[in-house]
Amino acid sequence: MPWTYRPRRCPVLGDGSLERLKREGRIVVVGASLAGLRAAETLRAEGFAGSLTMIGDEPHEPYDRPPLSKQVLLGRAGADRTALPRLRSVDATWRLGVPATGLEMAARLVRLADGDEVPYDRLLIATGVRARPWPRAAEAELDGVLVLRGRDDGAALARRLAAGPKRVLVIGAGFTGSEIASACRERGLPVTVAERGAAPLVGALGGVVGAVAARMQREHGVDLRCGVMVTALEGDASGRVRAAHLSDGSTVETDVVIVSLGATRNTEWLAGSGLGAGPRGIACDAGCRAFDIRGIVTDDIYAAGDVARCPHPLFGYQFLSLEHWGNAVSQARIAAHNMISESTERIPHMEVPAFWSSQFGVNIKSVGVPSLGTEITISQGALDSHRFIGVYGYQGRVIGAVAFDHARWLPFYQELIETTAPFPPAFPTVDRRSDGQRPVDADFPDPSVPTHGPTVTVGGYAPADRRMTFTPAH
Amino acid sequence: MRIAVDLNRCQGYAQCAFLAPEIFAMHGEEALLYDPDADEAQRAKLAQAVAACPVQAILVDAVDVPAEAVSGAR
Repeated sequence: MPWTYRPRRCPVLGDGSLERLKREGRIVVVGASLAGLRAAETLRAEGFAGSLTMIGDEPHEPYDRPPLSKQVLLGRAGADRTALPRLRSVDATWRLGVPATGLEMAARLVRLADGDEVPYDRLLIATGVRARPWPRAAEAELDGVLVLRGRDDGAALARRLAAGPKRVLVIGAGFTGSEIASACRERGLPVTVAERGAAPLVGALGGVVGAVAARMQREHGVDLRCGVMVTALEGDASGRVRAAHLSDGSTVETDVVIVSLGATRNTEWLAGSGLGAGPRGIACDAGCRAFDIRGIVTDDIYAAGDVARCPHPLFGYQFLSLEHWGNAVSQARIAAHNMISESTERIPHMEVPAFWSSQFGVNIKSVGVPSLGTEITISQGALDSHRFIGVYGYQGRVIGAVAFDHARWLPFYQELIETTAPFPPAFPTVDRRSDGQRPVDADFPDPSVPTHGPTVTVGGYAPADRRMTFTPAH
Repeated sequence: MRIAVDLNRCQGYAQCAFLAPEIFAMHGEEALLYDPDADEAQRAKLAQAVAACPVQAILVDAVDVPAEAVSGAR
């Protein structure tokens, strides 16, 4: 369940500055995204009547990303038709198509690429992440080499798939790469997937579940190659990609290559600002207030969504940065509420992480942080049937769960996570089949070996278990 | 009419796919696909689907988008 604690309303003993902020203050949101839009709606819903400026580097109004790797690639919806619904009027000044380039914390202003400076009393940073490009620039520029992150990427890839390429190569079998491969097969296109790890989805869900994902891909005709890297992309005389060379010595002839090697956080524009921002995101407290580089929390700068990195009480106060839709929505609402609230009325971000994917006709959903788990037990269904619940254990408690076509059970497992229930779960479950209740090693990759895939990055300063998870900076 | 479905909430009850099949479709046993920008002619069916969703996962416009949002004007 969502967080339900509500502090008692205290009489306002302050100097009235908060009332002034709500009446005539200036709030700037950098990132005209899902998080930015929901924050703006919350600010207005909670009575903010001052000026609101929304800054976005893309020329588009806020749009929804999940359809881009599903409906759009299947040709069922145009990439230009994924604008997000407006849940209420936000009455904002929109600065679209102009990136923010700098932050002056002392002067409280944001610098824009067009030379403008936008002053603020409260700032929300929701600049998100961008797709990590193919590392060799000359090869990345070949015609036919694409990434999938934004609306324009989705439109470009949908066009390529509609044109009927002779073979598509997907580099990286995380969620995005796997969804792309799924859409290709559904369209009848030959597709090769090259994955550095032992199986698809292995960074997020471990090898036990990754083996199921691998089987699903092969059953649907994907030419899945695991344990290999793409060493070079080769173009023809006119600059179109024509082949990829793999580390096992093989060559894949292809005319469309999609680089799905994870994402990079959009924090470069904050370099030198003094904010605690870097390749892992912007460090925040549990109320989405950003830290400066001295580790002191700011009172006027907040972060939400993919770019934020917050300690989560349920997960040992480790700093989690999550590229999840629901996380963006919930952090945006909390940040917006907190920036116009007395300190006693601020609320922490305590939502249990959750995400979904659908690929090869299977609905994959997860709660908690599976990648923290060390063991897994299949508590319902069976791995063979592609319909099951996997429960992840960490130090004797339930830390995460994943459902393959079993989503309706997830709220039950979420409650186990929220109540730090023991692992393995001691009770019998319905629909328990061949795999039984015996926990096995969840088989996550060695964290010291670079991978592209995890959607959850865990690190920071846990009192109980300080652990570093490798996150490539480039 | 812009639509987003909170797929964290969605539990595959498929009420929407029954009531507004032009907009919502099940993809496999459980996964939902939907048209994120449905035709105005489907407004009544969409309203039924929104109301019928047992977990209230379907988000639709509550207001018209002001012109400034799409123009990028200051």
